[in-house]
Amino acid sequence: METFSLYTLQTYWWLLVSIIGALFVFMTFVQGGQTLLYTLGKNEDERDLIINSLGRKWELTFTSLVMFGGALFAAFPLFYAVSFGGAYYVWMAILFCFIIQAVSYEYRKKPNNFFGKRFYEILLFINGSLGIFLIGVALGTLYTGGYFVVNEMHLSHWTKASYGLEALLVPFNVAFGLMLVFLSRIQGALYLYNNLENKALEQRTRKALKQNTILFLPLFLYVAGSMLFQTGYSYDAHSYVVSTESMKLLHNLMAYPLLGILLLIGVATLLYAIYTALFTYNRRAVWFSSLGTVLTVTVLLFILGINHTVYYPSLADLQSSLTIENSSGSHYTLFVMAIVSLLVPVVLGYIFLVWRSMDKTKMTIEEVKSDAHHY
Amino acid sequence: MEHATELIDWSRAQFALTALYHWLFVPLTLGLTFIIAIMETIYVKTGDVWWKKTTQFWMTILAINFAIGLATGIIMEFEFGTNWSNYSWIVGDIFGAPLAIEGLMAFFMESTFFAVMFFGWDKVSKKMHLTSTWLVAIGSNLSALWILVANGWMQHPVGMTFNPDTARNEMHDFAAVFFNPNAVSKFLHTISSGYVLASVFVIGISAWYLIKRREVRFAKRSIIVAASFGLITSLFMLTSGDESAFEVAQNQPMKLAAMEGLYRGEERAGIIAIGLLDKEKELGDEKEPFLFSLEIPNALSFLGYHSLNAFVPGIHDLVYGNEKHHIMSISDKMQEGKLAVSALTAYKTYKKEGKEAKAKEALKDFRAHEKYMGYGYLKKPEDAVPNVALTFYSFHTMVGLGTWFLILFILVLYFAMINEIEKKRWLLYAALWSIPLAYVAQECGWIVAEVGRQPWAIQDLLPVGMAASNVASSSVMITFWLFAVLFTGLLIAEVKIMLTQIKNGPEAH
Ligand code: HDD
Ligand code: HEM
Ligand code: HEM
Repeated sequence: METFSLYTLQTYWWLLVSIIGALFVFMTFVQGGQTLLYTLGKNEDERDLIINSLGRKWELTFTSLVMFGGALFAAFPLFYAVSFGGAYYVWMAILFCFIIQAVSYEYRKKPNNFFGKRFYEILLFINGSLGIFLIGVALGTLYTGGYFVVNEMHLSHWTKASYGLEALLVPFNVAFGLMLVFLSRIQGALYLYNNLENKALEQRTRKALKQNTILFLPLFLYVAGSMLFQTGYSYDAHSYVVSTESMKLLHNLMAYPLLGILLLIGVATLLYAIYTALFTYNRRAVWFSSLGTVLTVTVLLFILGINHTVYYPSLADLQSSLTIENSSGSHYTLFVMAIVSLLVPVVLGYIFLVWRSMDKTKMTIEEVKSDAHHY
Repeated sequence: MEHATELIDWSRAQFALTALYHWLFVPLTLGLTFIIAIMETIYVKTGDVWWKKTTQFWMTILAINFAIGLATGIIMEFEFGTNWSNYSWIVGDIFGAPLAIEGLMAFFMESTFFAVMFFGWDKVSKKMHLTSTWLVAIGSNLSALWILVANGWMQHPVGMTFNPDTARNEMHDFAAVFFNPNAVSKFLHTISSGYVLASVFVIGISAWYLIKRREVRFAKRSIIVAASFGLITSLFMLTSGDESAFEVAQNQPMKLAAMEGLYRGEERAGIIAIGLLDKEKELGDEKEPFLFSLEIPNALSFLGYHSLNAFVPGIHDLVYGNEKHHIMSISDKMQEGKLAVSALTAYKTYKKEGKEAKAKEALKDFRAHEKYMGYGYLKKPEDAVPNVALTFYSFHTMVGLGTWFLILFILVLYFAMINEIEKKRWLLYAALWSIPLAYVAQECGWIVAEVGRQPWAIQDLLPVGMAASNVASSSVMITFWLFAVLFTGLLIAEVKIMLTQIKNGPEAH
């Protein structure tokens, strides 16, 4: 086990966390689809169809979020402590948005469900809009920073009484949140376009795709541009002293050109997916958009941790900032968990196989109605 | 970093609230998934479509329960960060691992095959469907495994060393954490208690149908499956409960004393079968702790130490020490702990100033006293005592109910076998009313385990006062009430939906 240095393991885990985060961002097509429920579904049958199509996947998205949290806890416990315990209100609000999702599919149409069908649909909308927006804001703070102080015993506290809500005042964070919302709607539209067999819905889905792309692109340009060109934070490899560095993330991409290429491929693939869905009626576009999103997000998260970059700057005390080196688990734990992580491909593999056999045929209203269990 | 008591109390209240809610749904999932898998196996083996219907009915009940289980579960994982952030750092290196493994190994398995189980009837082969159902059952029980490895470690921390540079505990032996005897007994006891609850649940609902003279065939068959399953698993539950008590005696003698309301230690200690604690009783006075009690002689010595004559220390002995039995007093441990804490601070300071030699000396000093470091954060010896009444009554309620369920399974199974169960109306009513009792027993079990562990978040290592996040107590109070309102609303919806499904019955399927 000594063959892997601590730094190697930290980098490996940062990569894994980035990948899981990226997979989660792709999986938010479920949330995007939820916010499109009334935009696309003009009658009860159509809405039922959409809900049932999304409802078979929502748990995977939910579980990816749990996994993202779990991986962070195991690999970077200091981040878990500092951010969750500090930006308290933001994380709590996010969790509320997901708690309400978990019951909504199952309870929406069940007789005698106390709140009524419409109530659960509103919950799904809140989950898809506010929930994703806030996750974007929280991820945005990785680039813009938070107000925390870590003492010499590594215990931390937040210096703003708004406990994280102050992040909503930062334009970058807000743009990040909105961008994720529109991205999730793009993915949602692409997914439904692929999964459903219904002429009327197809039309509206493509229209929604177009509208959300128009909203998404300027936000994406702004966010990606700011990320790469704004002043970032780096630390000295020996003294660990943190300082600002202009265009830090762009430097990281230049230091690792492969990542830059992957990023370009990712963005191009995502755009290509949207293009083929809109102009060549390609129903399989969602496969490209998933690949594109996962690549893009993975690179944008990954470059935040490598090359002596600060991945969670502190605006209250610069030297408290978190890096993959000062916030990780021990060498032993990272190594044991690295072995466990060999299961990741197995898990991805069975998820893929199961869904390939489940999604062989496109979903129709007739099928939903005849199914023994439906939402 | 010591916190205001108000903050700690709200944080504890919030964790207790959310955990108790989560636990209302988990045990049914743990057990019902297996009962369903058994039923579907019978369907696949016999090809009798009637069994398929029965399976599908219980699956609907499971789905309603499962959804709210997920809703209440997600918050638990993140609460370690949001509300116990110091805890997350100080023990996260060990504690985070099982949680992450749980997500990877168990939750994905559950959520993937859950979809097949519900929507795959016409999409995949019969065999593949049955496999999926079994995988959901295994997945949910695997999730219990990992979370209980984490919890077992809190009750009996092993396999780690304290690293003074990072000021936290670091794992050095994963196998020790995984095979922690405490975790093993906890896992076995908890899953078997889930099976028992699910059996009581299925029997109770079937009894209701029989009371209403409906769905007779369905009810009788369900009763036979559930009562057989319940009988076997409750024996398993009793054995593992006994094993749990043994583990408690080894590592958490204060909890054991509180469970039995034992103030003065005794040899050949008995178990109080039924007892009423005197509210006036205070630590250190000579009052009898019980106003009234019925005791089974020698049983506690046996339960705790597997020997009829063993000495069982009481709360008084544990707090003030007992020389004869080599028990160190809490104030002595606190003294040791304070030495450890100040040695650690000194070490940190010397390190910062670059005084290596002095730092090394301080470290040696620290290692000499480190064993009791957690005690250094206590304010007074009496703080080491958990809430005795709550622990005592919860324990006795749990054990009493466990005995009753065993009797219930035997009676129900017997009368179902000789086909007289419909005539025994009293038994049907008893079975119906046992459903809420099973939930009571479950919650009581956790209150014993968690309240009895106080004031420790990690036994002997980290008191709750040190473990909480540094947020304003008002923010925790706000989220506490939000959870209380939200979860209660969801619970009401869940119960209403479930009752309606049950009223409609399997035929409506
Ligand atoms: C249907 C529920 C149920 C029933 C009838 C019982 N238990 Fe239990 N018990 C649990 C459900 C439970 C539980 C909820 O699963 C707990 C909470 C923590 C744990 O490990 O399991 C528990 C905890 C628990 C503990 C504390 C473990 C700890 O603190 O780490 C002990 C000593 C026992 N049990 C012993 C028993 C005995 C001797 C029983 C004899 C009848 C019994 N339980 C019946
Ligand atoms: C789901 C079943 C569980 C229930 C019903 C439960 C119940 C409780 C209760 C009542 C408390 C408050 C104790 C007090 O403050 O007096 C508590 C605290 C706590 N429990 Fe549990 N618990 C459960 C499972 C777990 C598990 C599996 C873990 C760890 C993996 C855990 C970790 C904690 C922590 C960290 C606290 C807060 C610190 C403390 O008060 O000790 N609990 N729990
Ligand atoms: C004895 C204690 C516990 C057991 C046996 C247990 C078991 C389970 C099970 C079987 C589920 C699946 C949903 C359901 O069946 O209702 C579940 C859901 C969940 N539990 Fe618990 N749980 C326990 C306590 C906790 C604690 C303390 C945490 C926090 C770390 C937690 C985190 C979760 C999460 C995040 C989910 C949703 C997971 C998903 O995406 O599927 N659980 N739990």
